[in-house]
Amino acid sequence: MKRVDYHEPTTLEEAVQLMTRYPDTASFFAGGTDLLVELREQTRRADHVVNLKRIPDLGMLTFDPRAGVHCGALVTVRTLENAPFIRAHYAGLWQAARELASIPVRERATLAGNVCRASPSADTLPPLIADQAVAHVYGPAGRRDVTLEDFFLGPGRTVLSHEEVLTGFSIPAPEPGTGKSYIKHGRRKAMELATVGVAVTLTLDGDSVRDLRIVLGAVAPTPIRAPEAEQVLIGKRPEPALIEQAAEAAIAGSRPISDVRSSADYRRRMVGVQTRRALQQALEAAR
Amino acid sequence: MKRMITVTINGEEQELAVEPYRSLLDTLRVEAGLTGSKKGCNVGDCGACTVILDGRPVNSCLVLAAEVDNCDVRTIEGLQHAPDRVHALQDNFMQYGAAQCGFCTPGILIMGKALLDENPDPTEDEIRFALAGNICRCTGYTKIIEAIRHTARQLAEERQGVES
Ligand code: FES
Ligand code: FES
Repeated sequence: MKRVDYHEPTTLEEAVQLMTRYPDTASFFAGGTDLLVELREQTRRADHVVNLKRIPDLGMLTFDPRAGVHCGALVTVRTLENAPFIRAHYAGLWQAARELASIPVRERATLAGNVCRASPSADTLPPLIADQAVAHVYGPAGRRDVTLEDFFLGPGRTVLSHEEVLTGFSIPAPEPGTGKSYIKHGRRKAMELATVGVAVTLTLDGDSVRDLRIVLGAVAPTPIRAPEAEQVLIGKRPEPALIEQAAEAAIAGSRPISDVRSSADYRRRMVGVQTRRALQQALEAAR
Repeated sequence: MKRMITVTINGEEQELAVEPYRSLLDTLRVEAGLTGSKKGCNVGDCGACTVILDGRPVNSCLVLAAEVDNCDVRTIEGLQHAPDRVHALQDNFMQYGAAQCGFCTPGILIMGKALLDENPDPTEDEIRFALAGNICRCTGYTKIIEAIRHTARQLAEERQGVES
């Protein structure tokens, strides 16, 4: 690897100051599973890496049945995968976590890193958006909160400025009657990037759907909601014909490209198949 | 500028001078002279470099040496109990023919140990799930999985023997 200067701030202020001092050439470093690869393959230029791992309290993961989850920026994907409350109450995120790369990668990779890397196919983004997660941001102007739905601008691009650091997430607690699902479609079972990813968070009120969010990954420059598909089911009894109609609406709303992993046409078809399956899974979990 | 790190490798505390952008893998292989951990891809895809860092399996190619200051690292060289006493996993890899060229073997043995430490009685699916990040181009995996299953049974018997 090309030489870089390595910094280990112990406070958020210090981290932000370092980023300000090196306006173009510094990168935050949390898990490093993307950053080190990009530096080595020279797909990213950085003369300075700012390791966040010595900043206290960024590694906290807590759950409260009313307040939901708080997940600090240094919490690893593996920690989420192993947390019983993630499995029980955030099934979509749990499924996404355990399908991301391999165990040794997940032991280092952070949820915050997966989010900041903003890959259109990143597994954790659709379930986070479906669960209405909020990102907590610290920067030169102080703190601000951004919903994950408004966080992504394009491949590798987010609303964060160069100096701003993502300090963690809050994810609301699920309401009673809620079921969740994330389905990753790939060419093989493991060590795969999603060809299509579909996350569903669905809340039933008696027999009918009260609240529903469907989020598609890998079919647009950022993860996207499928509002037309959601509207097909909201307020209705989720009969098979309607689920089919929602899946069709999700296809219509997706804008996939063709690349080495799949043609756009195949992606569109898989959006239909996996939206239907994700809806069925979430419904089953909600009942 | 090099920095000094203190790291415990296989139970032995070492002080090493490393460039901050040097990977833990290169540091182990060059500075510490432990060449058992292999560099298959250097980007986290193959698992040949897997070591146990503070009790957790990681790809040492995706860790910077500067980060492991005051940490505990266990490599394949530290798996066996003594120079002439191999770990049960190593013994079973030999018995089952689970290594051919052997390049993936150190990483898989370390991952196998990490798995058994966490889950002493894994199913075949659980073993496959745990080894998803370890690529072997020779064996077809079946013998590796059998060797790990057998080790789990053996270790369970030993534990029972101790209890009764
Ligand atoms: S060399 Fe580290 S994963 Fe391949
Ligand atoms: S034994 Fe050759 S790669 Fe596994």
